[in-house]
Amino acid sequence: MSNINLQCLLGIQCNDFVMIAADQSNSHSIMIMKDDEEKIYKISDRLVMGVIGDSGDTNQFAEYIAKNIQLYKMRNGYELGPSAAASFTRRNLAEYLRSSTPYFVNVLMGGYDKENGPELYFMDYLASSVKVPFAAHGYGGYLSLSIMDRYHKKDATETEAYDILKKCVQEVHKRLFVSLPNFQVTVVNRDGIKVLPTINSASLQ
Amino acid sequence: MSILAYNGGAVVAMKGQDCVAIATDKRFGIQAQTVSTNFPKVFQMGPTLYVGLPGLATDTQTVFQRLKFRMNLYELKENRMMRPKTFSAMLSNLLYERRFGPYFIEPVIAGLDPYDNQPYVCNMDLIGCPNEPEDFVVSGTCSEQLYGMCEALWEPNLKPDELFETISQALVNAADRDAISGWGAVVYIIEKDKITEKHVKTRMD
Repeated sequence: MSNINLQCLLGIQCNDFVMIAADQSNSHSIMIMKDDEEKIYKISDRLVMGVIGDSGDTNQFAEYIAKNIQLYKMRNGYELGPSAAASFTRRNLAEYLRSSTPYFVNVLMGGYDKENGPELYFMDYLASSVKVPFAAHGYGGYLSLSIMDRYHKKDATETEAYDILKKCVQEVHKRLFVSLPNFQVTVVNRDGIKVLPTINSASLQ
Repeated sequence: MSILAYNGGAVVAMKGQDCVAIATDKRFGIQAQTVSTNFPKVFQMGPTLYVGLPGLATDTQTVFQRLKFRMNLYELKENRMMRPKTFSAMLSNLLYERRFGPYFIEPVIAGLDPYDNQPYVCNMDLIGCPNEPEDFVVSGTCSEQLYGMCEALWEPNLKPDELFETISQALVNAADRDAISGWGAVVYIIEKDKITEKHVKTRMD
């Protein structure tokens, strides 16, 4: 049985940065195997990808994309921007979708480049990709999207965005029947990638 | 639920007097959850040629990219513009290549012939069976509602501004009766030497 909807990915994009949060649980059936898994992958200096889905698929797909984007940079001497990277990722996911070995992964891609500033891309396992100001994957999304709809503003600071994510996690803890104790948070801005403190019940006190 | 209705969306096109119009909603959702309210399903393929690809969003994107590729190749090889009728044949061929594993989109084509300025509208099913009527074509998750609206509002020889009013009312009122279409609309009025793009506000519930 798939647990893709039992995992949770959150993302917020503002004027100066894009912030991604991912739960850290790895569950098989009714058992939680791990609660400190890293689901946010660094793709390049200013590009991260949050991936949830079948375990194995998540790691394999994220590394395949990351290494190919690094290879592109070595071959051509310049990097793929966030929109190009999202386009590349989408095309790969779409081609695998109709193969005998599709990847069952949902993705949020956040990146920063000089021309377009911070960008957030929402991508599901069917490989529909869309640029959004905020997004969520999984059942947690049913609770979080309305919170992000209410509190998101374009000119929010990183602290304000982190607080919105905290509100979302609080709601997930309160209302979702699945246990998702820890959320790792990563922010991308003009200075690069920064890991923020994990959100859990202790930090929410 | 049908895979064609997984993301939701609607497109309609109408003929007028020396003009055509094509309109689309802006919603992108995953079943009942609205993810984005700015997802284009209608694309410009030539100076007076547009195509709408409602259906499964991943295939909207894939088919648009493959169409663009084939069209660029045609125009480079032939060194002339593609006629709407030729474009329909090309799209029909592209879709029928996947006869037993189709792209889940039902395209709408609208344009003026670049050589004799004749209005042209066409739609087809997901395996590329074309239909070229003299009045209007509809597609998407509220096609029944669209047929009702178009049948009631459309009349022959509409001027561009009358055509805009007709197609806008048809789309807006059809999409309002469908839970997974709407959330804003875009209307293109195509005349010789003039394209008008208008963004229409609709109900957001």
